Amino acid sequence: MITIARPSWRWDPWREIDRMQQEVSSIFPLPKPRRVANFPPLNIHSGDEDVIITSEIPGIDPADVELTVTGDTLSIKGTRKPHEVKEGETWHRRERGSGDFFRTVQLPFNVDAGKVQAEYVNGVLRIVLPRAEADKPRKISVTPGN
Amino acid sequence: MAETKKNLEKTQVPDTSVAERTKDRVVFTPAVDILEDANNLYIYADMPGADDKGVNISLENDVLTIEAQVGEVSFDKHSTTYSEYGIGDYHRAFTLNEAFERDRIEAKMKNGVLSIVLPKAEAVKTRSIPIKAG
Repeated sequence: MITIARPSWRWDPWREIDRMQQEVSSIFPLPKPRRVANFPPLNIHSGDEDVIITSEIPGIDPADVELTVTGDTLSIKGTRKPHEVKEGETWHRRERGSGDFFRTVQLPFNVDAGKVQAEYVNGVLRIVLPRAEADKPRKISVTPGN
Repeated sequence: MAETKKNLEKTQVPDTSVAERTKDRVVFTPAVDILEDANNLYIYADMPGADDKGVNISLENDVLTIEAQVGEVSFDKHSTTYSEYGIGDYHRAFTLNEAFERDRIEAKMKNGVLSIVLPKAEAVKTRSIPIKAG
């Protein structure tokens, strides 16, 4: 039986493939995962009696926003219409987003859906959600026994 | 936002691009759409929270500057428990490479969106030149 002396380094086809892959991916970098931002952005301000939610949604028609409250969940649904390009108009820059949006928020307590108020001023939506009467904490007095 | 996923978050103005302000306040770069047709240049800027009184537009040496001040929002009985956006002023400037009729520039603020219409000066309007058949 003849044994062939091998050099101290061995040619490893897998390592070669890895090296090629690295070279290729350095030329064509794969897209990095982007952090998907939530639209519209929300700020939540909590109080004892109610919760105020504000949201920046510039340039919409308030009629295009639909708010629904079920128990302790608030849903915001709407559309931001894109600019309708007229004849002869050309874009220089297009940075403002458009399209449908939908968000659901869980609130710290059940809400009295009938008393929810919402207003839209200067592109900011402000929703006041009062706590349901039945959900409010009640003080229970302890009566001394005998 | 199915159609366009870009610029959903506000971008803060980098410190180096503008001179520091006296007021210690966060400044954001508004997202803009800019369009042009034969007669005008149209600029739309998202500046939620700003009203018509807080907006300041100036055109100086071909630099159009848009600024907006946003009022403080304060809550007495509430504490902010969750926050996805910051509140601050807006600032952005553009270099215009055409001549515009300064006196006829119109701006309007509606639902947190500033729209500016800059009419092109007569001299720079594109004219189609008729070609006579020889």
